[in-house]
This record gives sequence, structure tokens and C-alpha cells, in this order.
Amino acid sequence: MNIIIAGDGKIGSMLTRQLSSEGHDITVIDSNSKVLDATVERFDVIAVHGNCASMDVLLQAGVKDADLLIAATSEDEVNLLCCTTAHALNPKLHTIGRIRNPEYTEQIYKMRNVFGLSMVINPENQTAVEIDRLLKYPGFLRRDTFAKGSTEIVELQVKPGSKLCNVRLMDLRSIVNCQVLVCAVLREGNAIAPKGDFVLREGDRVFFTALSQNLTTLLKNLDILTRRVRHVTICGGGRISYYLAGRLKKSGISVRIIEKNYNRCRELCELLPDADIIHGDISDQDLLESDILAGSDAVVTMTGMDEMNIIVSMYAVSKGVNQVITKISHSGNRNLINSMSLGSLVCPRDLVCNNIVRYVRAMENQTGAAISVHAIADGQVEALEFLVDEHTRNVGKPLKEIKLKPDVLLVGIAHGASTEIPNGNSVFQQGDTVVIVDTNKREIIRQLNDIFA
Amino acid sequence: MNFKMMGRFLAQILSIEGIFLIPALIISLYCGEAMAVQGFLWTLAVILVLVLFLGIISRGAPSAFYAKEGLVCVGASWIVLSAVGCLPFWISREIPSYVDAFFEIVSGFTTTGASIVPSVEDLSKGILYWRSFSHWLGGMGVLVFLLAFTGGKGQGFTMHLLRAESPGPSVGKLVPKMRTTAAILYIIYVVMTILNVVFLLLGDMPLFDAVCTALGTAGTGGFGIKNDSMASYSPYLQNVTTVFMILFGVNFSCYYLLLIRQWKSVITDEEVRTYFGIILGSILLIIWNTRGLYGTLEETIRHTAFQVGSIITTTGYATVDFDLWPSFSKTILLCLMVVGACAGSTGGGLKIARLLLLLKSARRNIRRMLNPRRIEVVRNNGAAVNEQVLDNTNAYLSAYVVIIFLVFLIISLDGFSVGTNFSAVLCTFNNIGPGLEAVGPTCNFSQFSDLSKLVLSWAMLAGRLEIFPMLILFSRSTWKSH
Repeated sequence: MNIIIAGDGKIGSMLTRQLSSEGHDITVIDSNSKVLDATVERFDVIAVHGNCASMDVLLQAGVKDADLLIAATSEDEVNLLCCTTAHALNPKLHTIGRIRNPEYTEQIYKMRNVFGLSMVINPENQTAVEIDRLLKYPGFLRRDTFAKGSTEIVELQVKPGSKLCNVRLMDLRSIVNCQVLVCAVLREGNAIAPKGDFVLREGDRVFFTALSQNLTTLLKNLDILTRRVRHVTICGGGRISYYLAGRLKKSGISVRIIEKNYNRCRELCELLPDADIIHGDISDQDLLESDILAGSDAVVTMTGMDEMNIIVSMYAVSKGVNQVITKISHSGNRNLINSMSLGSLVCPRDLVCNNIVRYVRAMENQTGAAISVHAIADGQVEALEFLVDEHTRNVGKPLKEIKLKPDVLLVGIAHGASTEIPNGNSVFQQGDTVVIVDTNKREIIRQLNDIFA
Repeated sequence: MNFKMMGRFLAQILSIEGIFLIPALIISLYCGEAMAVQGFLWTLAVILVLVLFLGIISRGAPSAFYAKEGLVCVGASWIVLSAVGCLPFWISREIPSYVDAFFEIVSGFTTTGASIVPSVEDLSKGILYWRSFSHWLGGMGVLVFLLAFTGGKGQGFTMHLLRAESPGPSVGKLVPKMRTTAAILYIIYVVMTILNVVFLLLGDMPLFDAVCTALGTAGTGGFGIKNDSMASYSPYLQNVTTVFMILFGVNFSCYYLLLIRQWKSVITDEEVRTYFGIILGSILLIIWNTRGLYGTLEETIRHTAFQVGSIITTTGYATVDFDLWPSFSKTILLCLMVVGACAGSTGGGLKIARLLLLLKSARRNIRRMLNPRRIEVVRNNGAAVNEQVLDNTNAYLSAYVVIIFLVFLIISLDGFSVGTNFSAVLCTFNNIGPGLEAVGPTCNFSQFSDLSKLVLSWAMLAGRLEIFPMLILFSRSTWKSH
């Protein structure tokens, strides 16, 4: 597909990397020529220098022949104007705009057609949704949903003394007492596609596929505390915190927000009448003890500084807070960050990119591409959902008779309303959706038939 | 430095060369040239051994490949390409000395067209074809060819390869994907070459002559297959060649723009306008200067246009011995040698785009001296030019001048006249071919010593690859690990 990416910032460059590696024709627009030079050196893309909201620049970038435009500059208004102009120039174009200001949310939703927007991306809101989901099941580091929410891939860390220590995977069923499948294990930074005789060790990060209704059973049988979260402390009063507090309030969770800017505290007070707003600096030791850790089931660190988030989260983990969620804006140093115990990590940029990549693949879906794609295990493993259509091979054959490529696992089959975690006797039929997990990053799986050896 | 990956890269380049040797082998077989067949077969055997060897040592190469590796690869692959490509000449004993054979093939691949063969009509057909074909392959670039077929796996470093092989101050892609860009360039190139062959055939040129001449014209090379270059062909054939030489000296992205119907941006392109302006101006001046030298006005115009087209596009064919022209005309030709063709064409020289940038930035600097607070950007086709591009262009010019004088100094050891030496340096470094006096259109380079031939070979490669890849290859910091 011909894709134009306007704005070569954090999200823009990550999308450029991902989408160009998937073989799309990418044109990048930015007003900073230095950034563009670096992008052209690193990726097989073409660059156009200029203001992405101007008609001339858009025409120069080939908007007439483009299939999709992603506006991801730092300014909402520019993104909006860019999408509207581009859509007027080429009515067949799909547009994705990043709009972050909460004040615009409603009008953008209602006036999507006027603005020519196909999809709106709000990184802060998406991050808040993700954190909210994590807080629903304390214990999981991460959750990814498939098959309309009926199947999930969840991440757990094997803690010292956990029931999972030194367990062979083939014996797992007797411990957890429900249908689960281990689809990947991260050990010392490397993703492994485990076999039945694989033994789990302390410190491993394990990715389970399970039916959504079994998540509670899974946690209970592993003796991981599932007490509901009641009191959440959020460090930093930015936009994510605002969205998150609103969501948590709806599920009846009490929220405390620590913010060091007094004026912002006042604003938050007006916006969130039910939340406790505390004015203070979280690097202050007394404040940390008295207001952050005391009485909280969960600590969410959302300040604008990754370093501060990391330090506070490490402290909270060491003090035994049930659930800690850390926001990381620059996911560059993943290996280093993963070696620290920070609880769950949330990276707004990764969330947004995954979302857009999913949209792009859905646009291609006419050709049998994946319905949805999730990058898990620090991006080393891909979980993909496919529709079984008339071109799919091996329909109706038991799985034990099908030879799959090495490093590929079939981890879920949804037949209409009922979903199963497959075993050797399972079959898939036309019209089903299947979830597969691919640990081999060298080859991209584009179609369902690519998984067969 | 990722040597394994470079090994794999060289193996790919050598395989391409091997594939292109096969048509030459078939021609030799068809004409029953036993020695040439032997030469081609042995060369193919050498390539096979090298490819297998490189394939084995480069197994499991890590994929890390950066700007440094890219630039070193460009220089190394052209040297290896030449070192192997000259084997048919040497093994068939048609050029008995290896250094001579090396000079000849470098002159071919770099589209120079400077020859050390005293009488080309004595060479066998297969060898003549391989000589001319080396122009065609070198003209657009073998790495670009590789990119068109393998796509370089979508990594960014491919930009360095394209930049090194397609000449000009600021190289850009035509479309987002490198592979498509390279393929478009080659398709335009092939179609134009076929058109050239057809036009030559319409003028009753024998098929073999037409193919070889077209290959030499397309690459703006200039190896003739007759001792007197193009002089003995009919006026029609000479005129067809003039037109095609000039067309191959135009930036290929212009042809792409024509294909996608952006007429206006081609017609208003500053570089194209300047290119045709310089050609027209030079032709008029030389016609005026050489009046009375030839019998008719038609003859004067034909020869002048042919020589001007041949020199500015750095092709190097000749229909007359321009060394006999008056001094003013010869000096114009010498200037055209330096100017060269458009950026992004198959021609060599300093390039018109670069010349325009240099003149414009000089004008800006003069204005700034008069009014130090003045801020001004250099524009190209109305758009502001990045300062980095201007810096690079200035650096290019300094390297260009320094190299000319160093090579000039070294080859003057052989004791030829200053005019001979200077024109020899200009016409090899700018990839033209014939120079003046003892290296004029009717003479050749065989009288130079081996040292001079090697230095001139280096100059040809440096000129073709825009200097820096060849300098980097010989820079100590390239090979130091830290």
C-alpha cells in the first residue's frame, strides 16, 4: 500500500520502521530536514520536506495515489487540517489522525465525516484504557485480547517461590486446572517457543493463552492474589492520569493523584471532583511514604520523566505494593528496563503503533491478511488473528496431522460464539478465526497459509 | 566492519558479472574465436570459484550493515569487478599485459572509453562486445542493477549504494522503494538503448556494430569498434549517435517525470536548460571558430555537434581528429570535459547541477562580502538548497581539484608534454576517453608506463564513483576497528 506518514517524531518513526519492514511504500513528511535525512538513511522510504497540512506538500508527497495517511505531528490542529485537506484531495484516502486534546474528543467523534477522518488516535486515552484493563486483574503484567474479547494472551512473571517454579509444561494442566497454553517464554531477554518438556524457571516471563472467563481461575490456582484493587495512587497529573481517573471512578475505585504543578492541581480538582489531588514532588521521601505507598493497592507512575517513574516504581515494588504500573515513553532501552522489577510496563507509543498497524493490516484484509496483530514479549513475538476462508489449506484436519512451521503455534480457535484452546484433536472450519503465535521474527506471516510448513 | 556481509555482497556482484559474460561467450562461440572462448570460459571458472569461496566464508553473516560498509562495498566491488572483468582480455592474449587489460576494462566500466589497444579492428568480436557491454553495465551502475533485482532487503543503507553510483550533488529516490526506483531507472535505460539500436539499424548499420555502438552511447562510454571511431559511418548514423549521446546525458529522473506526465517540471528544470544552453552555445562558438575547415556548412555543423555532444556527455566517440582544430575550439572542449553531463545521467565530469550550485553559492558569498548581515539561501528550481548539500559540493570540488593535480604530477614522470598529461588526466578522471595531443582521438594510452596506467585507472574509478568511495577505501580510519 501507499502510505503517507506526516510527522516524523516518536510515533512516526516507529510506524515507519514497522510499516516499511512489512513492504509498504512509505512517504514521510516532516518540517525538520535533519530528522528526515536520518530517516531516509535508516529506512527504505522517500521523504518530503515541508508542512504536512499544506496542499502543495501533500500533492508533492503523492496524496492522489496514496491509500492511507497517518497524521502524527505534535499539534492536534495540524493533524486535523492535514487529514481534512488530504481527504478533500483524494476522497478514497483513509486517514488516521492523532488528536490528544480532551476538549476536542466529542466534536471530533461527532464530526468525523466533516473532517474526513477514518480513525482517531489518542495515545493518552488508549494508555488509560490499557492501564484500566491491567488493574482489573492485578497479577498480570499485560493482557492482549483476541477473537472479540473471548481469548486473551496474558503475561505472568515467575516469582521466587511461585507454584510455577520448575514445572514442566506438560504438567501445567494439573496445577492450573483450566484450559491454558503457554505460547511463549521470555528468558534472559530471549523469546522461546516452548515444547512440552520445557521447564519454567524463576524470573521467566510466561505468556499464557487462556479463555477470558478462565482468567480468575488461572490466578486463583496459581495462588496469585486476586483481591480487587480499591485504592490507586497515580503519580503525575498529565492527560493519561486524567483519563485514567475518570475510568477508575466509574468502577468505584478511589483515586489519589500527586502532581507537583500547583495550577495543574487546581485544574484537576475542577475536572475530577471525586479524586484526591495532592500537591507535591514525588521525589520527596516523606511524601512517598505518607501519601503514595500508604494505603494503596496499586501505584501507577505517569510523570513525564521515565527516570522518575522507574525510581518510584522500583521503590513501590520493593515495599510490596500489590500492583505497580510504569509508563515508559522511550522504549529504546528495553533490555535494561526489563532487567529491573518495575511491575507492568506501559508504553503509549507502542500501544498506538500496534493499533495503527492493526488498522493497516485490516485494510489489507481483502487479501487474507491478519485481522489483528499484537506484538508481545518486547516485540520479539507476534500474535496474529486470522479468518479461515475458502483459500485456507488443511481445513477440517485435526491439528496433530498438520505440520506447522517451526516457531509457530496455533493457540486459539473461535467457532462463532464458542472459543477453545486447541489440542491435537481440534480442527478449524471455514468461518472460524484462529490465533497464532510466531516467535520467528525473520519471516513475516502475511496469510494464514504461511504458517503451514 | 562486517566483512562477512561484504563477502556475500561481492559474491552477488560477481554472479551478475558472470551472467553478463555469457552473451559475450556465445558471440565468440558463434564466430569461432577459439582464444576468446577460452578467455571467457576461464573467467567464468574463476568467478564460480570466487563466488563459492565467498559464499562459504560469508555463511551466517550478521546483518548489521551501515554507511561505512556500504561505501567500502561500493569501492571494493568496482575494483573486484574490474580485476575479474579484464581476465578475458588477458587470458585470450588479445591484450597481453594484465595492467593493460585492467586499464582497458576500468575504462570500460567507468564509461571512460580510453583505450590502450592500438588497432581495435584486430580484436575478436566477443572481446569487442564485452568491451562495449562493460560501458552499458557501468553506465547505470552494477549496484543499481543489483538493487533492482534483490532490493537490498529494504534496509536504509541502500541509499549509500544508489548515492555512490548515480552521480550528482543530491541523489533522491523516484518512488518510496529502492527496488522500484532501481527497476524504473533500468527500464528507461533498456528502452532507450533498444530505440538507439533500432535507429542505427534503420541507417543500414550492421547488427553487431549497431549493438556495440548503442551500448557505448547509452553508457556514455566511447569504445569504438573501428580504428577511426565513428568517422567512417554515414552522416545519418553520426547524427543519430549525436542525438542519443545528448539524450543519455540528461538526468534520468527527467524521463521518469515525462512518463508520469509532469512536463512542466522537466521543461523548467534549471539543470536541463543549462545543459542544452551550454551545448548550443559551444556548438555555435566552435562553428564560428572552425569556419572554412570543412567543405560545407552541413559538415561543419555535423562534426561540431558530434564532438560537443560526445565531450560534454563524456562519451568520447569522434568523427574527426579534433586535435587539429584551432586552439580556442580545443579549449572549449577541454572546459566541457570538466563540466560534464547532468546529475543522475550516465555521463561523468563535475556535473552541471554541481556547477550551478557552486556558481550560485559563490555569488551569494560575494554579496555577503558587500553586506555582511545579508541572509540568503541558494535556490535550485525555486526550492532552497540544504546547506549540507552546499558543504558537500564544496568538499567535492576541493577533492576534485586536488586529485587532478596529484594524478597530473604522477603521470608527468613519464615525460610527455604538459598538454598531453593534463588532457590525459582530465579525460580519464572525467570519464571521457580521448584527450588532446599524444592521447588525442587518433592516438591511445598504450605509451604510458604501468604506474601511470594504474594511477589513471584509479582516477577513472574515482571519477565514476564520485571520488569519496575510492578515497575511503584508501583511508586508514576505515580499516581501524576503533
